[in-house]
Amino acid sequence: MTERVSKKNTEDPQAAPLIHLEGVSKIYGQGEAKVYALRGIDLVIQSGEFAAIMGPSGSGKSTAMNIIGCLDTPTEGHYRFGGVEVGGLGRDQRALLRRNFLGFVFQGYNLLARTSALDNVELPLIYKGVPAAKRKSMALEALAKVGLAGRESHDPSQLSGGQQQRVAIARAIVTRPDVILADEPTGNLDSARGEEIMDLLTALNRDEGITIIMVTHEPDMAEYADRLIRFVDGRVESDVQNPVRN
Amino acid sequence: MFYETVRLALQAIMRNLLRSFLTVLGIVIGVAAVIALVTVGQGSTDQVEADVTALGTNLLMIKPGQASQGPGSTTGSAASLTLKDVDAIESEIARVRVAAPTSARSMTAIYGNENHATSVTGTDNRYLVARDWEVALGRSFYDSELRAGAAACIIGDTIRAELFGNGDPLGAAIRLKQISCRVIGVLEARGASSFGTDQDDLILLPIRTFQRRIAGNQDVDLIYAAVKENASTEKAKADIERLMRERRRISAGEEDDFNVFDMKQISSMLTGITTVLTSLLSAVAAVSLFVGGIGIMNIMLVSVTERTREIGIRLAVGATEGQVLLQFLVESIVLSLIGGLIGIILGLGLALIGVRILAVPFAPDPTLIGVAFLFSAVVGVVFGYFPARRAARLDPIEALRHQ
Ligand SMILES: Nc1ncnc2c1ncn2[C@@H]1O[C@H](COP(=O)(O)OP(=O)(O)OP(=O)(O)O)[C@@H](O)[C@H]1O
Ligand SMILES: [Mg+2]
Repeated sequence: MTERVSKKNTEDPQAAPLIHLEGVSKIYGQGEAKVYALRGIDLVIQSGEFAAIMGPSGSGKSTAMNIIGCLDTPTEGHYRFGGVEVGGLGRDQRALLRRNFLGFVFQGYNLLARTSALDNVELPLIYKGVPAAKRKSMALEALAKVGLAGRESHDPSQLSGGQQQRVAIARAIVTRPDVILADEPTGNLDSARGEEIMDLLTALNRDEGITIIMVTHEPDMAEYADRLIRFVDGRVESDVQNPVRN
Repeated sequence: MFYETVRLALQAIMRNLLRSFLTVLGIVIGVAAVIALVTVGQGSTDQVEADVTALGTNLLMIKPGQASQGPGSTTGSAASLTLKDVDAIESEIARVRVAAPTSARSMTAIYGNENHATSVTGTDNRYLVARDWEVALGRSFYDSELRAGAAACIIGDTIRAELFGNGDPLGAAIRLKQISCRVIGVLEARGASSFGTDQDDLILLPIRTFQRRIAGNQDVDLIYAAVKENASTEKAKADIERLMRERRRISAGEEDDFNVFDMKQISSMLTGITTVLTSLLSAVAAVSLFVGGIGIMNIMLVSVTERTREIGIRLAVGATEGQVLLQFLVESIVLSLIGGLIGIILGLGLALIGVRILAVPFAPDPTLIGVAFLFSAVVGVVFGYFPARRAARLDPIEALRHQ
């Protein structure tokens, strides 16, 4: 359970970019009911970037995130993750990519109910086959990193929304991934709690070099990123460096 | 990884204890029913066999009357047996160790203010030999008593208890209708048989005394013939049939006017009934096990639907199809094994109560228990596979969107 899908060295600028979408389209349904969620997206994200994706509802942001996160595959075009053509991989191989290189943070936290914070954070490590003792120390370390030391035995129901989202971030980083994909991570939080989450993501990007791709509707949150990508109607409408941060 | 999966399964089961219990109820009831029925059935069979063995499996009974009548049927018009027949069987058939005459009537025995309805049997000491029965107190008949038809009797342990309580019965005079007989011995206690009769509820008199003073004839109702240790009961039976046909002058082609019963036949007939009953009831119980399996599948399917989001999370963090499949499969196996275990304990408990009520031995069969346990696991695999596969094949995006 520990086999890794080979991935080219992303430190080398000559090598393939970490995330490379080329003419990616996603079509749902068939015939009359055909829906174009993405219409030929070209996008390159390098290792270490912090990118925010914005755009109106239904513009395909989540669809793109799912493809980047190897949860889904493009209908047309190519998606290469570290040089690996994801479209050609099977379900289990994509699961291995997710487990080894990707971490997810969702708007609705998506923690296992009636399961302690510690067990929630350990979950990806179980599937990686990490031995129990190592797992526990790694999970405790991740929880400490998100500022939840001492809360490991709490159930999600005993934690505030902000704390739950931090458990989710701990779960995303416990495997030491290359990329964190966060789809509206602050969508359910008030702005103060949202800013705490953004500070945390920023720190992870800056201190650990984790690439972060985040979807958000809130311009305030997007300000934390150093790149702003705007989706409209399944296309990239604009893609700029954040003038505030750079 | 396997240990981990079992731990996860137990966690999932504990998280919803009531539902888990309801899920396995079918298995619990099915397994409990099979274990209880088969165990009690086996106990009854053992009891019947033990009783027959106690009576002597090498014992043959000869009775006048047409063929194909049970040993309890009335004699009919056929000529009765005589003491000479008993002697002939014993002396002329090498395979017979001993033959004993018996004639019996139901009578009331009275001693002082106590009275007890019992069976009075006229016989001689050979009866004790044929049935391997010891005199626990006192002695057996003297030859002089047998020859003279003396009013001496040997009583069963039940008679001793009913008429004498804790008193000494030896030398006491019991009234049997018009005759008064002196107690010379008490038989060792044999207890109840599975035929429902109390074997100790009897009084033995010398056969001549019985014939003269109770029956008023020279008849012998029933002859017991014990076959020698290593001789074949079948062959001894054939020998007796040949001898009796000769003695009763039955020509070739004519039917026997007497019957020779083999205790083995009787025992296999009786155990046959219990076996058929047991297997019939077990079949019903097995059906309930199957229904229990469908119950597990049903609840596991509900569980998969309910836990769609959880499955989505597991897939998102990198669980492979095989890992999710294994998790749900192990969960249903663990669940049905727990059900099986509860069922086995419950079934043995019920069997214990059952054997108490029926007064038969408690003989739990380890093979049966092993099979029941294994069967629960199989039910878990078979009925858990389909829901587990459904869980494993969920689309992670769809699953995560599920409410
Ligand atoms: N499974 C699906 N089947 C059919 N259509 C789908 C499916 N998933 C998404 N779509 C459609 O694809 C388009 C893009 O959806 P997507 O979820 O990517 O939008 P979004 O930009 O994330 O929107 P929001 O900001 O509301 O989350 C929408 O029109 C949506 O209805
Ligand atoms: Mg979305």
